[in-house]
Parts: sequence; structure tokens; C-alpha cells
Amino acid sequence: MTDTSIDARNDAEARNQWWDVWDQFKTHKGAVMGACFFIFIVLAVYVGPWIWSIDPTYIDVRARNQGPTWAHPFGTDQLGRDMLARMMAGGQTSISVGLTAMGLALFLGTLVGVLAGYFKRIDGILMRLTDLFLALPLLPLLLVMVMLFRQPLSASFGPETGIFILIVIAIGITSWMPTARIVRGDVLALKEREFVLAARSIGTRPGKMILRHVLPNVMSPIMVSATLGIATAIITESALSFLGLGFPPDFPTWGRLLFDATDFMQQHPQRVMWPGLAISLTVLSVNYMGDGLRDALDPRIRGL
Amino acid sequence: MLTYTFRRLLTAIPTLIFISLIIFLLLDMAPGDPTAQLPLTIPPEVREQIRQSLGLGEPVHIRYLLWLKQMVWSEPVYYLSQSVDWISAPDEARLISWQTRAPVMDTILERLPQTLMVVGLAYVVGVLIALPIGIISAYKQYSVFDQAGTFVSMIGFSIPPFFSGVLMIILFTVMMPNDSFWWFPSIYDTTLVIDSWENFGKQVRQMVLPVMVLALQTTAQISRFMRASMLDNLNQDYVRTARAKGMTESVVVLKHVLRNSMIPVVTVIALGIPAIFGGAIITEQIFKVNGIGQLLIVSIQASDVPMVQTLTFIFAILIVFFNLIADILYGILDPRIRYD
Repeated sequence: MTDTSIDARNDAEARNQWWDVWDQFKTHKGAVMGACFFIFIVLAVYVGPWIWSIDPTYIDVRARNQGPTWAHPFGTDQLGRDMLARMMAGGQTSISVGLTAMGLALFLGTLVGVLAGYFKRIDGILMRLTDLFLALPLLPLLLVMVMLFRQPLSASFGPETGIFILIVIAIGITSWMPTARIVRGDVLALKEREFVLAARSIGTRPGKMILRHVLPNVMSPIMVSATLGIATAIITESALSFLGLGFPPDFPTWGRLLFDATDFMQQHPQRVMWPGLAISLTVLSVNYMGDGLRDALDPRIRGL
Repeated sequence: MLTYTFRRLLTAIPTLIFISLIIFLLLDMAPGDPTAQLPLTIPPEVREQIRQSLGLGEPVHIRYLLWLKQMVWSEPVYYLSQSVDWISAPDEARLISWQTRAPVMDTILERLPQTLMVVGLAYVVGVLIALPIGIISAYKQYSVFDQAGTFVSMIGFSIPPFFSGVLMIILFTVMMPNDSFWWFPSIYDTTLVIDSWENFGKQVRQMVLPVMVLALQTTAQISRFMRASMLDNLNQDYVRTARAKGMTESVVVLKHVLRNSMIPVVTVIALGIPAIFGGAIITEQIFKVNGIGQLLIVSIQASDVPMVQTLTFIFAILIVFFNLIADILYGILDPRIRYD
């Protein structure tokens, strides 16, 4: 942030660190393509239903099992429901789950990481807790959690919201550990820096210190794990749906659509491709984005 | 090193006890009732007796301790008594599955060979492909081969097994003509007995698809790791020294650099083994391999609590055990690491 004053350019004052990051990010072609594709997918699933206004649950038995036509660009399923509309509806759920679960995991991970790194007294116990969570068999536990809490949550929040809350919480509390470890390491290193000492010497309280001085400086690892977190959350949700333990069949998600399509793999192989491609390409684009972000946020590479 | 190993073994015990407690308590809330399937004509007091016989009457902490005792003491002693005759079988009843009414461990031991055969082979194949790719990618950094390797491993990371598996089935089972050499069965036949070359060929063919799916994932991860580790070492001073001494390039790379780069890679390989068991749940489901992953799914759907508890605990033991192995291997392979 301070180095910009040495910069000969006139706009030195208006320029902050994130512009440098953006400049570096732009040089990574894969990352830019990934970001563009991800934005495209997000727009397609959230704005798309306004343009393509067929109801994803509308059953048209006469038009079932159709291949791609102008009326149904992605074809129809075994009940004659439009696949394009279902893909959009499914994408909304999948991406919402991915983003929310990532947010929860990030919040938990950052909280544990900052607390463990900043307060020495609770460092040991928090890191033991992290190790414990890392030693848990996650996929089996996720399956068990979904099995156990599906009924009560569906009863109190309705089938869709209930399972949404359940899956987001389940993915969130089983994927915060890597973030916590990385953040803790960075906080430990930051604590030894002079500006923290300076801030402490003028009597900054720990809460203020964490919010004003520590958190902004650990933003880069948090952002990188955010992108990777979206990818894992989307894959985990799809895996749960694929195993038949995710959303109920009337609420399509990409994993659920893939699961339903595998029954008709012999006759209509193209129906498997849409949800599978959507999951894979979204995850691929997010991974490339994370790759570019990691390079852009690393000051040793920046400016080359 | 030995004291370190002992210390790690000792800390693994409370970890496992804590994990088992979490698993037990979580599953204890399961809504399923093992007597729900029985006929309605059974009078309530008999039903209650059946519940008692399944060990359901006791308070939670007693049941947990009994289960733990059964897991770590009775079952191993039972299998010991089967193999050596000077140990008598324990008095307690075996841990019984609610679904099949058969001992849980027997069912798991029945299923384990299929999982080990498919998953284990896939892991070996994946590692064997990954290592050369990683070495060449690092040696020719930014070459076409390296770019292609990066791209392929990105794909391996991004395509989840439930899509790559389905894709393989479409390509090699649905689209391929039935009499072609490249046609592979999509359903794993467990009853196949390998007694002739023909059946052996069948066994190999039915393992191709699941092994390919699992190996793609392994290859993607390990080759990236191998590449990074090789790159770290290729720029070190000792490599320049070795070249300056006039050693051939193959000796420099394969002897000096490779040996040093393998240290972190070996630990990653060890750490990946339990994760592969978890990932195999999906692959087994797709290819209908009736291994322990498929057993877990079926038990979860039938809320067969003892089976799920035992399987999850076995997965946890695998994770803790291989973490331990990885740490110890690291200490043995790299003399710079001193734990004491």
C-alpha cells in the first residue's frame, strides 16, 4: 500500500493494493477465462429463468425423452420436463449451496485461525480440535448427518429450505479446517511484525487489533481458500445428491439431475452430459480462478 | 525416533476415543428402530425384550463403553481365537447388524477384498502413472508436455468421480459396440471365481473402468505434487555441483534430485490412502462394486446403526493410522527432521 508513493505515476494516491492484484490477475489467461465463465454460469442460472420462462416442474408427458430441439434446447426428461429450465433451477440450488457453505466454512475457519494465532492460551486446544476434525471420515459423517437430521429439519422449515440449511451446515462444519490452519500460520507471522507492535504500544485493544490490523492482512489466503471452497462445496453437494441423500427429487440440483439421468444412460446418454458438464466446468473455472488469484496475491510474483 | 513413534501412538489413542465418541453419539440420535420391521403381532413386552437383547435398554454412556469394548477387545479376541486354539472365544455376543442379523465384522471382512482389489490397484496404478509425469513436467518446465500435464491434472481435479465414472460407462459400455476389444462391462461381478485364464481376463476387464476413474483422481494430485517437489530441488546448489562434477543428466535427475524430491511425495502418498477409501464410496456405487463403500450406503439407507458405526470408525482408524505412518516415514526418510 505504501509503496505506491514511490511510484512515478500521477494516480499514485487513488491506487490501492487491490488494483495491483487486479493487474496481475489480468495477465493470467486461464484465470480470466475462468472468472468470465463463472460469471456467465452465475448469470445464466439466476437471470436465465426470466428469459427462459418454462416452469422446471411442468410435466408434459407427450414430449418426454426428447432430444435437443428448438422448443427444448437441452431436450426433455422422462416426464417431459424441460431440461434447460431444470438445469437453471438446479444450478441455482447448487451454486447457492456452494457459495453459502463456502461462506460458513470461511467464517468458521477464519474465526478459529485468528483466535488460535492471536491468543496463545487457546492456540493448543483449537489446533487439537482442528486436527481432530481433519481425522474425521468426512464423507461417511456427512451422509450420516444428512440421514439423521433430514426429517426434523424438513418438518420445521419445509422440505427445500430444511435440506438446504442441513447441507450448508454439514458442508460448512466439515470443511473449515484447511482455512483455519493457513490463517493461523499467517496470523502467527503477522504478530511478530513491527506495525502490530506499534499498534499495541498505543493501546489498541485485541478486538480492534484483529479487525483493523490482522484481518486485512490475512485477506489473501482467505480469498484463495474461498475460491477452492466453492469448488469443494459444489462437488460435495453434488456427491450427496448423487448418492440419493441430498435434495428431494422435486428440487433439482446438478447432482440430482445427474443421478436421475444415470437411469436412462443406455437410451439417452446426452442427458447425463448437461449436469455433468455444468458441474465440471464450474469447478474447473473456479479452480483456474483460484490459481490466478493465488499468483496475483503473492507479492513475490506481482509486478513481473 | 522410537520414542517419537511411541509418543505418537499414545496420542493417537485419545484421538480415536474422541472420534469414536462423536460417531457413537451422532448415530445414537438415529430415528430408526431395529424392531420396527418385526410383525405387529409381537406383544410389546416381547418387543421390549428384543430391544434389550440388542443392547438398547442401557443408558448412553454404558452402551458407548460396551460398544467400545466390543470394537477394541471382543472382536479382535474372537478373530484371534479362530486362528489360534489356545485363546478361547470371548463370552459376549458379537456385534450384530440390525439389517442382516449377522456379525458386523464378518460382513465387513467379506466386502473388504473387493474394495482393496479395486481401490488398492487403482491407487497403485495412479501413483505409477503420476510419478513419471511429475518428473518429466518438472524437468521440462513450461514445455508442451508440462502444459498438457497441468491441464490434464486440472481436469482430474475438476471432474468429480460421479461424472467421470458415468462418462466412462457411456464411452466404453453404451457407445462401444459389444464385440469390440474396447468394450468394458460397467457392472462389477463379484461372484466371478478366477479359476481359468478366461475368467482372469474377465476379471481384468471388469476392473478397468473403476480403476481408471479412481486412478485419474490420484494421478492428478500426485503428479502435481511430484512436479512441485522436483522443481524445489532442481534449483538447489547440490544439483549444480553434481553437474559440475560431470555426472550424466540421468544420474543427476534420477539419483540426486529424485531421491530428495520423493521425501514429501511419499508422505502425500501415505496420506492419500484413507481419502481414497472415502472417495471410493461413490465409485463403488457407480460400478456396483459391493465393497465397504457400497455397504456403508446401504446401511445408512436402512439405518443399520451398528454397521454404520463400525464402518465409520474403521475409516477413522485408517485416517489416524496413515497420518501416523506419514509422519514417521517423513522422519525416517529425511534425516534433517528431528522429532526428539
